[in-house]
Amino acid sequence: MGAFLHTVKVAHFKKTATFATKIMPTPKTVLIPMLQHIGKACTPTVKVGDTVLKGQLIGDSSEFMSAPIHASTSGKVIAVRDVLMASGVYAPAVEISADGLDTPIETKPIEVNTLEELVSAVRNLGIVGLGGAGFPTSIKLNPKNIDAIDTLIVNATECEPFITADHREILEDPDDIVEGIELLKKLMGISRVIIGIEENKPDAIKLMRKKAEGRFEVESLKSTYPQGAEKVIIYHCTRRRVMEGQLPADVGVVVLNVATLGNIVRGLRTGMPLTHKRVTVSGDCVKEPANVYAPIGARIDELVEFCGGYVKTPTKLIAGGPMMGKSLSNGRHPIIKSNNAVLAISDYLSFSPDPSPCIRCGRCLRACPLSLMPTVFEHAYEEGNFDLLEKQKVSICMECGCCAYVCPAKRPLVQINKLAKSALRSRKK
Amino acid sequence: MEKLTVSAAPHIKSGNSTTKVMLAVILALLPTTVVGCVYFGINAVLVVVTGVVTAVVCEWAYQKIMHHKVKIKDLSAVVTGLLVALNLTATTPLWIVALASAIAIIIAKQLFGGLGYNFANPALVGRIVVTLCFTGETSNYLLPFEKAVDASASASVDAVSGATLLPMINAGEQLPEIWRVFLGLQGGTIGEVCSFALIVGGIYLMATKTISKEIPLSYIATTFVLTALLGHNPVYSILSGGLMLGAIFMATDYVTSPMTKRGKIIFGIGCGVITALIRIYGSNPEGVSYAILFMNVLTPLINSATMKKSKFAYHGGKKEAKK
Repeated sequence: MGAFLHTVKVAHFKKTATFATKIMPTPKTVLIPMLQHIGKACTPTVKVGDTVLKGQLIGDSSEFMSAPIHASTSGKVIAVRDVLMASGVYAPAVEISADGLDTPIETKPIEVNTLEELVSAVRNLGIVGLGGAGFPTSIKLNPKNIDAIDTLIVNATECEPFITADHREILEDPDDIVEGIELLKKLMGISRVIIGIEENKPDAIKLMRKKAEGRFEVESLKSTYPQGAEKVIIYHCTRRRVMEGQLPADVGVVVLNVATLGNIVRGLRTGMPLTHKRVTVSGDCVKEPANVYAPIGARIDELVEFCGGYVKTPTKLIAGGPMMGKSLSNGRHPIIKSNNAVLAISDYLSFSPDPSPCIRCGRCLRACPLSLMPTVFEHAYEEGNFDLLEKQKVSICMECGCCAYVCPAKRPLVQINKLAKSALRSRKK
Repeated sequence: MEKLTVSAAPHIKSGNSTTKVMLAVILALLPTTVVGCVYFGINAVLVVVTGVVTAVVCEWAYQKIMHHKVKIKDLSAVVTGLLVALNLTATTPLWIVALASAIAIIIAKQLFGGLGYNFANPALVGRIVVTLCFTGETSNYLLPFEKAVDASASASVDAVSGATLLPMINAGEQLPEIWRVFLGLQGGTIGEVCSFALIVGGIYLMATKTISKEIPLSYIATTFVLTALLGHNPVYSILSGGLMLGAIFMATDYVTSPMTKRGKIIFGIGCGVITALIRIYGSNPEGVSYAILFMNVLTPLINSATMKKSKFAYHGGKKEAKK
């Protein structure tokens, strides 16, 4: 293996990069799911008929792997029910009828002087990884081996096509990022901070270099997918490998998405929990693609409507990027914390499954950042050869989609990998 | 809005398709096809047309009869038919050409499950079967522009008329200049004579990343070195017979060659060794077809012996215990 991992070239489609973020007004109702992060769903702490304020806690969990949920507007709770999430699981959700006033809870700036204070504040602010994964940030900031952590990587690669939310974060709120870096350096005792930005955002790289003043490094990374995948950005910035079963902390690294960092700083400054987030609404079916500052719980339909509606009928509506996002069956799904994009794309761009036989060209092998063998997994899964799946480490597949993207036969390779992984897991039990 | 597609990510795809891959191979084969048709005249054109049309018709008919989805649009049958034709001489009776294409498509490809499932290169199987069954009819080698050469040429040309270079190399006869051989002025099948046109096609395939360089380079290099060591002129060895056509277009068939880099190099070396040994020690002057066919059979073994090992995972040993 050379100096770089395998990646694939994907079209960028980042036409919203130069569009300033538009603030979306609060819709009549918001539907706020209790599962907006990796881990356990929260339990609603409000009931039908309750009056809530913007920023008020409406869901919490005593589980370690979780993050509290807050109301994104003021109004009345009109329903508490289970909803089908984009990920395909059901989770409870609180529906709030907005009173149109957006009355916030009383807040004051949060002062943090120790890591413990920071971790607890970040949890209370409900902050999770906003880059797409939704990993509870308070857990990331509190690794067991804190003394061994020497590097913070701020992930601003934004390698998925279409999405420009992180790009706008840098351009519009650069000082929040710098402040956040300084804070984490101090409280986590980290010496080296790298902000990784793909070279297709030269203005962001230039701005960050200007702001850095030697306090942190700005790494210009090649614009290839999946440059922002945790293992990939860690390897390309530090040459450290996060091995199977390891977390970034095991190699002394903490990775934070740039918007996550910005939101930590803003949350501490105001004391207001995470209620809104920047979402790129784009795709060839959207009339006026835009970066939207949207209340969590607003429906995807409403975001599209805010962007002028559809110019043509989409074949796919996607929550997230086109490489790893979830395709939706309807636009009634709400925006959650980990959504960074809403895409409506037509046949022209989107691909619907119609696989032809594998011709064993080996393109998937040359596309996999982790040097796995997707086509071998597919054959092994079909044959029920679990030993081979295990031996060839299907378990470390990060489902980035490079293999399926390059496949000329359009095989659903990622889907097979997911099935194979879960089959292996249930077999082990 | 009622008809949204829900499927697993990724939701966009590269422009790659099986059809485009096949089209690239056809384009890459065009130079040698054109040169072959110019050198060997109307007979060559008829052989090419017969080979391609028969292959496509057989594929269509088989899929119709078996109630499969007809997939002739993927152009894989065109590639097979073209390769069958390019592997035969211009003097081959057309019914034998058609038979070779039919064997390639129906027996070597469809009966084993169709595209992606055949264990041997279909075109090679077609060629081998007809050259073994109808040796006389298929080994009547012409020189390019034979009639013209006959009329104007001197005695030295007459000496090579009707034979390929390979038996002449073996017999230690006087050989034509290298540049003439390189441009294809030698006896052979329609598609194998002009190394120059074949290399142009090969460069196109590598530039478009349709094939990788490992198999052609290791195959040709091995043949070069081994024939040199065994006392033959290595330059003539790699420019004559089916080596270039085989190394660039037949040995690189995705389905029947290994997937990993290491596997491809092993495959190429194996092809080179067998080719050189057959050419020098075998009773048959040409060994490319058999060499590739033999390595086709070994491909599953090479594949399982050359699995990639992710550097992000532990593969046995002590480290695994650490988990």
